Amino acid sequence: MLYREAGDFKTSYRDDGQTFPIRLDRWGYYIVLAVAFGIIPFIINDYWASAVFVPFLIYAVAALGLNILTGYAGQVSLGTGGFMAVGAYAVYKLMTAFPDVSIVIHILLAGGVTAIVGMLFGLPSLRIKGFYLAVATLAAQFFLVWLFNKVPWFYNYSASGQINAPERTVLGWAVTGPATSATAKYLICLCFVVALAWVARNLTRGTLGRKWMAIRDMDIAAEIIGVNPLTAKLSAFAVSSFFIGVAGALLFAVYLGAAEVGEAFGINKSFLVLFMIIIGGLGSIFGAFAGAAFMVMLPVLLKNVLVGSLGWPTDLAAHIELMIVGALIVIFLIVEPHGLARLWALTKEKLRLWPFPH
Amino acid sequence: MKTKLTALVAAGMMAAAPAMADLVVPNLSYRTGPYGANGTQYADGFNDYFALLNERDGGIGGEMIQVPECETAYNTEKGVECYESTKDSGALVYNPLSTGITYQLIPKVSVDKKVLYTPGYGRTSAKNGKVFEWVFNAPANYWDGASVAIKYLLDENGGDLSGKKVALVFHNSAYGKEPIRTLEGLAEKHGFELSQIPVDAPGQEQKSQWLQIRRDKPDYVIMYGWGVMNQAAIQEAANIRFPMENFIGIWWSGSEVDVLPVGEKANGYKALTFNGVGMDYPVYDDIKTHLIETGKASQGGEHVGSVLYSRGMYAAVVISEAIRKAQEVAGTSAISPEQLREGFEQLEITPERLAEIGLPDFGPEIKMSCDNHGGSGMARLQQWDASAKQWNLITEFTEPDQEIIAPLIQQDSEAYAAESGITPRDC
Repeated sequence: MLYREAGDFKTSYRDDGQTFPIRLDRWGYYIVLAVAFGIIPFIINDYWASAVFVPFLIYAVAALGLNILTGYAGQVSLGTGGFMAVGAYAVYKLMTAFPDVSIVIHILLAGGVTAIVGMLFGLPSLRIKGFYLAVATLAAQFFLVWLFNKVPWFYNYSASGQINAPERTVLGWAVTGPATSATAKYLICLCFVVALAWVARNLTRGTLGRKWMAIRDMDIAAEIIGVNPLTAKLSAFAVSSFFIGVAGALLFAVYLGAAEVGEAFGINKSFLVLFMIIIGGLGSIFGAFAGAAFMVMLPVLLKNVLVGSLGWPTDLAAHIELMIVGALIVIFLIVEPHGLARLWALTKEKLRLWPFPH
Repeated sequence: MKTKLTALVAAGMMAAAPAMADLVVPNLSYRTGPYGANGTQYADGFNDYFALLNERDGGIGGEMIQVPECETAYNTEKGVECYESTKDSGALVYNPLSTGITYQLIPKVSVDKKVLYTPGYGRTSAKNGKVFEWVFNAPANYWDGASVAIKYLLDENGGDLSGKKVALVFHNSAYGKEPIRTLEGLAEKHGFELSQIPVDAPGQEQKSQWLQIRRDKPDYVIMYGWGVMNQAAIQEAANIRFPMENFIGIWWSGSEVDVLPVGEKANGYKALTFNGVGMDYPVYDDIKTHLIETGKASQGGEHVGSVLYSRGMYAAVVISEAIRKAQEVAGTSAISPEQLREGFEQLEITPERLAEIGLPDFGPEIKMSCDNHGGSGMARLQQWDASAKQWNLITEFTEPDQEIIAPLIQQDSEAYAAESGITPRDC
């Protein structure tokens, strides 16, 4: 009864084409934004920022990026961890080489550097697809990790090969380094997430997004109707890598503060982000958020319930946690192969008809 | 769904916070993941010593000690989560047993004012207390280990290593890369040739590395490995018939789990250590009566006396001695992290004191100060006897070559201070 478009009249094309055509959705979106910007920053503490919100927001950006490439353009990539490492090392080199330039610019530049690297590794996609492309991007993953481990210039010749984020400020607030407050960490990530999600949404429903989807659905047909596969595929790699690079830069500079390439950006990270978009839903902006939330929050939640509330030994809880998360992933995919986004869409369909299903 | 999740997490967190009254020493352990086999023994030793103090003496200075455990799986992100979830519960000191997590925590602890104690791992230059106010890494660090190993080789060769070839097989991470600079310095000083052979984590696959060793024929191999990498390396060394007595591991590459899978062929393998091994210490009688027989030992006490159990226990011994010292200096039993830091800086563990707590000759003498957070750096060598299935100590505690190490520590800590805008304190 509540959730329906009856009475919600559109009088212009602009209104008709908006992202949230249903009023209740729009309100929901504004309320989420209001809560995210107006309430959470005032009540967040270190634990909530470090364990839940900051990783969720950062992985949401990475998932958005991979979703553009895999979900919208249909190019499978296992190189996400490597591309995040490019973002992290780019921002590290930039912030240590030009300490006076704003960190926001450095993070965006790091995204730009990653976009170039992503396009380079995207070149094979013009010749190969599917599993073969997955293997090519897997090579990118291993090559990039090896590179950042091997060449000391990338980690400024430090003895251990670790990179450490020095303190940098935005408008006088520290956003990187140890003295950063939970609020500052959260807000800087939130700003990037909101801006990038807005960009992603509008890219994917414009010409570029339609070209990507045409390539995904059938590349020969797309070529016949005039989509240039070269520009479409490479632009997908560039935009996707930009997002992933920003995520990597934020992960290193804001969240971790210190990183080691093999551990922080290994193949596990690639799979984690891939799982996020598969569970969230391929080709959906909401899906990227849902998947990131699922993969970041569920382990923390299970740990707190099993160890904190039930008082189980930590090793048992850790093993059970892996089993529960794994089982849930399998169950989710059997029940709804198109992910959480599809479940959400089905719920909305049902709500529109409710309480008269026929 | 999200609100439900957050509510549940909130409920979980509330229940997790321990009572504030006791001394809280969180144990960021790992009993799962690729390094679980090693981490679980260390965590048991760490827990058991504090449990013993609680059972036998009623804590330290009348204060009971709480050791809440948090599973990190050797993963830095989980490590951060563990740190954040325990730091507001009155935690005094952290011992994460991971160089990666240590690097994350070093900047954080100086802001949150918590002590970070990293015995035998972590950032080597944290020895310089002028820069790293909150970090302690006594009794020995990675550079000390490298130097003691080379000193032992010098002794073996009548003081001359010139023209010899030494290969370093290392875990390709912050941990494994640590000794490279020291070894390069020592190679220059003593005229031996150093080759570096990295092994990517976790290190099950080392065929190509050992093929390279078979081709290069180094006289000695030094290994900085951890977890499954150790077993794989010792197995591969046995496969290419590399003489085990010329193969020396750092202290993290010298436990029972590393050599037992290789069986007879691991006989003669050497490793560094800074703590005693085996059951010949009086403290084990107490552990037996107070913990094992009452069923209070971690995992039923199945690892008591192993190398890593002993090392975890040793870390707990040093922390408890520092707590004692802090209580003495502060004049109160309920100490704060700041007071514990003072305790660490004034800590002195003499051989007599070690004998008093039932661990004679268990570790080197420790004497810390405001500018020395790393103790003497002494370590000794142990050798594996495969037929008796035990480690035997083969040298006394040896001093490292401070002539090489001290300038490197100075240089690295100053670089850190400059990078993070720290002004070194006066000591």
